[in-house]
Amino acid sequence: MTSIPDYAHLKSGFADPVLDSQGVFRTIMSAIAYPGRIVTIGGSVRGPSPLSTATTAFCLTLADGETPIWLDAGARNAEIPAYLRFHCGAPIVDDPGGAQFAIVVDAAAAPRLHLFDAGEDEYPDRSATVCLQVASLTDGAETRWSGPGIEHAIFPRVTVPDWFWSDWIANAAAYPKGIDVVFTCGDAAIALPRTVKVEA
Amino acid sequence: MNRISPSKPVVWTGYNFAYLDEQTKRMVRRALLKALAIPGYQVAFGGREMPLAYGWGTGAIQVTASIIGPRDRLKVIDQGSDDATNAASIRRFFRSVTGVETTASALDATIVQTRHRIPETPLRENQVLVYQVPSPEPLRKIEPRESETRKMHAYAEYGPMLLTLYEDIARYGRVASAYNCPVIVNERYLASPSPIPKFDNPKLSHSPAIQLFGAGREKRIYAIPPYTSVRSLDFEDFPFEPSRPDGRCSLCGSETSYLEEVIMDDVGGRMFVCSDTDYCRRRREGKGEGPVRAARAKA
Repeated sequence: MTSIPDYAHLKSGFADPVLDSQGVFRTIMSAIAYPGRIVTIGGSVRGPSPLSTATTAFCLTLADGETPIWLDAGARNAEIPAYLRFHCGAPIVDDPGGAQFAIVVDAAAAPRLHLFDAGEDEYPDRSATVCLQVASLTDGAETRWSGPGIEHAIFPRVTVPDWFWSDWIANAAAYPKGIDVVFTCGDAAIALPRTVKVEA
Repeated sequence: MNRISPSKPVVWTGYNFAYLDEQTKRMVRRALLKALAIPGYQVAFGGREMPLAYGWGTGAIQVTASIIGPRDRLKVIDQGSDDATNAASIRRFFRSVTGVETTASALDATIVQTRHRIPETPLRENQVLVYQVPSPEPLRKIEPRESETRKMHAYAEYGPMLLTLYEDIARYGRVASAYNCPVIVNERYLASPSPIPKFDNPKLSHSPAIQLFGAGREKRIYAIPPYTSVRSLDFEDFPFEPSRPDGRCSLCGSETSYLEEVIMDDVGGRMFVCSDTDYCRRRREGKGEGPVRAARAKA
């Protein structure tokens, strides 16, 4: 039995769904095209806590009935699944491996990266994009990123769990299969597509 | 005449912004993000029926419609020209369904939709170049089965493509095709540059701009992110050579731009002019790149 969510207290989505999602998409596309650069997305959108503005805008822009979403324990509260079902129409799944988008609000307790869908040899695009909400995009240990979209090298300082960069090497080794990551913090985001080589 | 649309455009009512419905835009947008994450890989997408025939840019129009916003300035070119039929009608379509400003200037444009050319003017960061692609699969003439070409891409089995180049060289002493020369993107995927002249191939590599490719009939989207290596397929002893007709533009005197031959009469008279009309115009107005006066004096 599914209980009927309390829609009376449902938070609102984009004020202008057409143009707001266009603006957010262009910024996300720019973030993926130029990995490692901090972008600002979401503006005045306020999703249910603890979803950040950037994570909320990411979901409202890209998720719909065709994209199963996996939520970590911190995001499985009373409000978030109802919010995503109402605004995006997205199915919420229990298995991280069955999700096209994964939302992680507690980065410290994030599942290891191999648990997400890395796609298939013949269809590497059928892989998960993980939206990882982190404590900071600027206070972590310095890392050196290089690859497509990066002219020389870029040195982001994202706070991630200590296993993250060794998992990322395994993810890069599976190329062209692999997951793509978007780090968010408040209304800021940094994208980490699978092509990026990271020296931690 | 920098602005092609000086008057306020008439925006059609009854259509969603940029024609496509939001569900379609989201699907195309997700395909674009995966295409950028896997440079050169062709992402299948649910291409929609567009209000013009296949072969007139239906794939690129869906890409442009999914990324364009009210603050964009759109330039559309067909073989380098802003006023060819295909370019003019696509530009008018987007003015009508978005109300965005359009321009002929590659410097002012934020999005350039192109059929078969890359502008001579170097592009900059965050400009988006959207290619109209008639045939996205470079292996299709060698292997007609999609199930097989998909495996060839999966395991980077590109030997047969090299073999066709070899056969060209053995037969003609050079790679015979002057356009649509296949490229390896990010040292992994073989991709079609769309039928751009091979003169333009070097501009694909390490461009600061975002390059998106849309094929409407075949329903494929692929991308070359900025600052990404794009290598034209060749051999060590037969290196790739971007060709250009000898001579200079009769209008602006450029000796470096890609030229088009224009037949002047029925007794063999002809002239060569820049294929990129915006570049040529800016040089003639004295605002362009290169010493136009010196070139003219020589001509």
